Amino acid sequence: MSTAVAPKDVKIDPNKKVKKNVLSDGQGRLAAMLVAPTMLVILFVVGIPILMTIREAFFLKNTGIDPTTGLVGAGEKFVGFGNFTNAITGKNEVVPGVWGQLPRLVNAFLNNMFFTVICVVIETILGVAMALIMARAFKGTGLVRAAILVPWAIPTIVSAMMWKLIFNSAGVANKILGQTVLWLGDGAPSQYAIIIADVWKTAPFIGLLTLAGLQTIPAEVYEAAKVDGASAWQQFTRITLPMVKPSLVVAVLFRTLDTMRMFDLPYGMIGPRKYSVETLSMFAYDEANNVRYGPAAAYSILLFILIVIVAFLFVKFLGADVVGDEEVKAINDQRKRMKKMHKDAAKARTTVTSGEGVQ
Amino acid sequence: MTFHHSIRRLAVLGVGLGVALSAAACGSSDTTDTGSTSTADWTKKGPINYVQGKDTSGSVQKWIDVWNKDHPDEKVTLIELSDKADEQRASMIQNHNNKGASKYDIISVDVVWTAEFAATGVVMELPKAEFDTTGYLPAAVDAATYFDKLYAFPSTSDGAMLYYRKDLLDAAKVTAPPKTWDEMKAICKTVIADNPGMTCYGGQFQKYEGLTCNIAEWINSAGGQFLDKDGKPQVNSPEAMAGVNALLDSFKDGTISKEQLTWQEEPSRQAFQDGKLVFLRNWPYVYANAQKTDGSSKIVDKFAVAPIPGLTDYGVSTLGGHNMGVPAEASNLGTVKAFTLWWNNQEQQKVHVIATSNAPTIETLYTDPDLVKQFPYLTTLHESILKAQSRPKAVKYGDVTAAIQDATYSALNGSDAKAAFDTLQTKLVELTK
Amino acid sequence: MSTTTGSMAAVPTEGNLLSTEELQTLNKPGRTLGSRIGGVASITGIVLIILYCIIPFYWMVVSSLRLPSMGLSNDFWPNPMSIENFKAAFEAKNNFPRALLNSVIVSGTTTVLTLLFGIVAAYALARLRFAAKGIVLAIIIGCSMFPGITLIIPLLKMFTGYYSWFPNWMNTYQALIVPSLSFGLPLAVWNLTAFFRQLPVELEHAAMVDGCTPAQAFRRIILPLAAPGVFTTTILTFIAVWNEYMIALTFGVDKNMKTATVALSQFTGATQFDTPYGSIMAAGVIVTVPLLIMVLIFQRRIVAGLTAGGVK
Repeated sequence: MSTAVAPKDVKIDPNKKVKKNVLSDGQGRLAAMLVAPTMLVILFVVGIPILMTIREAFFLKNTGIDPTTGLVGAGEKFVGFGNFTNAITGKNEVVPGVWGQLPRLVNAFLNNMFFTVICVVIETILGVAMALIMARAFKGTGLVRAAILVPWAIPTIVSAMMWKLIFNSAGVANKILGQTVLWLGDGAPSQYAIIIADVWKTAPFIGLLTLAGLQTIPAEVYEAAKVDGASAWQQFTRITLPMVKPSLVVAVLFRTLDTMRMFDLPYGMIGPRKYSVETLSMFAYDEANNVRYGPAAAYSILLFILIVIVAFLFVKFLGADVVGDEEVKAINDQRKRMKKMHKDAAKARTTVTSGEGVQ
Repeated sequence: MTFHHSIRRLAVLGVGLGVALSAAACGSSDTTDTGSTSTADWTKKGPINYVQGKDTSGSVQKWIDVWNKDHPDEKVTLIELSDKADEQRASMIQNHNNKGASKYDIISVDVVWTAEFAATGVVMELPKAEFDTTGYLPAAVDAATYFDKLYAFPSTSDGAMLYYRKDLLDAAKVTAPPKTWDEMKAICKTVIADNPGMTCYGGQFQKYEGLTCNIAEWINSAGGQFLDKDGKPQVNSPEAMAGVNALLDSFKDGTISKEQLTWQEEPSRQAFQDGKLVFLRNWPYVYANAQKTDGSSKIVDKFAVAPIPGLTDYGVSTLGGHNMGVPAEASNLGTVKAFTLWWNNQEQQKVHVIATSNAPTIETLYTDPDLVKQFPYLTTLHESILKAQSRPKAVKYGDVTAAIQDATYSALNGSDAKAAFDTLQTKLVELTK
Repeated sequence: MSTTTGSMAAVPTEGNLLSTEELQTLNKPGRTLGSRIGGVASITGIVLIILYCIIPFYWMVVSSLRLPSMGLSNDFWPNPMSIENFKAAFEAKNNFPRALLNSVIVSGTTTVLTLLFGIVAAYALARLRFAAKGIVLAIIIGCSMFPGITLIIPLLKMFTGYYSWFPNWMNTYQALIVPSLSFGLPLAVWNLTAFFRQLPVELEHAAMVDGCTPAQAFRRIILPLAAPGVFTTTILTFIAVWNEYMIALTFGVDKNMKTATVALSQFTGATQFDTPYGSIMAAGVIVTVPLLIMVLIFQRRIVAGLTAGGVK
């Protein structure tokens, strides 16, 4: 915890906070009062469950059967990392998925990564294309905006049922295609069905966020570029993309994390225990439903770690600025600066801002 | 980066908490104990709760009302769970885990849950002195028995039948429904020659519990079995593989269309009613639907039922049904007993059959003249259920059926069948240990 | 993020948002070039986007308007048109009115609680300077990334009365509401913080010069000004909770405790095997239409809120 406490007396970057805040007397105590309820709720609904999940992940329910009465003993035992290692080595279950015979956990992991990469890439491309079209349009923006919010507003489970009807073996998708594709079976077409449904729901959303970024670009920039003889493609790659990148990266980050914990769509549309579309969330849910809380908890922790890693990579390599708080940023800058100063007093001032790629 | 720092801080926080927790965790290793039922008092009366899946016919509440009118001090309240079997099962297990907090007094137990519920103490043993099963179908009683003790009272049964297009068979001058798969294919050849576009046989091959029922029938009908008399898995025996291969061949030669890999009961019924199938394997509920005159069925009065076919003779159906179990934590056992016996007596079962067309568990009802007149399929169904085989009685049935579905579905999708069923055999040996 | 929120600087001063936006749109090079081909292309593009978004939904509406016995029909227009499916959705056995009521109760309560906690926290995060701000923000953003399944497993064990120190919460409203706070609260705090940051700090200073305490300044000055932001957050939170499925599926098992999304995914037909697509689609339309109406009326606010929060 102590690392979080920023030194109170440091001077914040003078350019950003010029005026001394009138409220500064006793701000800490007031802030604590105001933030406390939220943090308490979060402690109860997130903190405690996480601790319990971690505990759970190291235990396993007894399953031995008494050969004469056929009764199962009660209780659970500490198994250390057993739940994790069993899952990864496939000791519990090897399943036939799209990727071949694999441990069920590995299969779910591959599905997760596959869906995440494919869906997010398609959604981003489509979304940016939509944003470009919308930015050029001078009529019917209200109509488009309303239409674009339709997929977003439909509950995921409703859209899952809707696509289930569309992708029925005797449904309209097959009627249009003129062949019998088994979308709702357990195979590669089921994956395509999930991807189509997910892209439909969220590409417009990315489009919307990108559009907001696009609209911050002053028209003069394009005018100037045109005067300089920049082609449309050059304008796109040199002006549009860099300018929308901050908002796009955040949108893509949230979509990525969302896709990684995908549950409603494959669960509602294809169903449980379909290995071609089983995600880590579905796998953990299925185990919990079979009263195997220990392994379920272990898998959900792996999913969480995976999500943290991906979020970290996004921040590290794409420079997603998720927090977006000037003051926190200033404090962090300050901390970096102090560290540098301790190390090398001479270089301190020049390195302050160089790390901030985004802004 | 701000976020980067935050994540790192969260991680530090998490590790710290984790360490604190693991110290605390070691102390608490056993929490629950299987309840003992030796002191059950089968005379105590009072209000009780009856728990079952969704009441799709709407008639359950109606008959509970009848009971409540006569027993004002022993009122029964219906608790409806999800329509999904998995979720019903989970609710019942949860009720047991939390020491009966949901106040379940009678639960409707699917035949395949009997072993698990009995072994883990979810339901208590029913003393045979209090619950007399004379006159009930032996197969249904057996399905409610685990290690020679009765754990549930037979309530409804179920068996598969072969629905066939009598009009088309007549037109092709076929006098009797097929006894074997080969006969069936031969009949189809002539029928489909006259009616191009039809598919010969429809079943349920989507990956779900129905697939276990279907593959069990193909295996049992070829003389194989999942578990032998001693409970040892035999799914890759030559007999069992003969059944599996017969099914695979039927897919290959088009007797069964590829599309059926996504079919559950309803799509197959729909196809039959739309006149797309010559033969359909399904449960009794189809009969009433296919006879509906509201325009939804194109085959009213054009079909009949027969036992399902097999390799050398009529096949062996999978046994279904629900029985009434008493949770270990139930109260007012006197009323529980009285209601259970009343609900499943001859008179009540008869009205249930009329209302729901579920198969009864009382043997004589299959020859009851009123019922047979209304449900002409009862005689066939009786034959089917008499020969029917239970699915494996395994404590880990959920895992067993999943393994069976995995093997079957991948074989149907073109994997090497022998390899798939060898793997299944290994898995089942492990699961039934 | 700050770039995005910066673009929405017009949000608090109600109504300006669109005009700025449109102004910018009008200033776009395409217009000044006046290329006819560009115009046609952009209209085609717009039409394509609208079709893309609407067609699957259209299929849902069409399917809900068929006869129940024609659930799998592939006609592009219902023939004959019928509202039988809507009647069927409200049949007693589906218990759908109760499910809708549950959804309203759960979404409404969660939204109110979320706002109560969220507004004060967001104010502190946006305006006050305090030591642990970084970690508070990190925890909140961490929560919004959290996979729901990680919470559900221990909560399921907890709520089913496995531990003697915790009461049986299965099939209660609190079991549906409290876990929903785990994603509702971060969403709300996030959006509100973004809105509060955009309010000019000078107003509070002026109020305090006039002798207001910080609390009064907050109540009299900030809250009214932030009303549009609060309103947007309300809508977004409500929609997020209304659409929630996994928590409701796990903790509301009893038929009287199902929310609308869970209920409609479990509609049964005449038999246990039947999946009545017609009435499911009808229920889907019923569940979605209030949201769509909200979306149509408040589209500008919602877009502003989405772009400010960046969260789903």
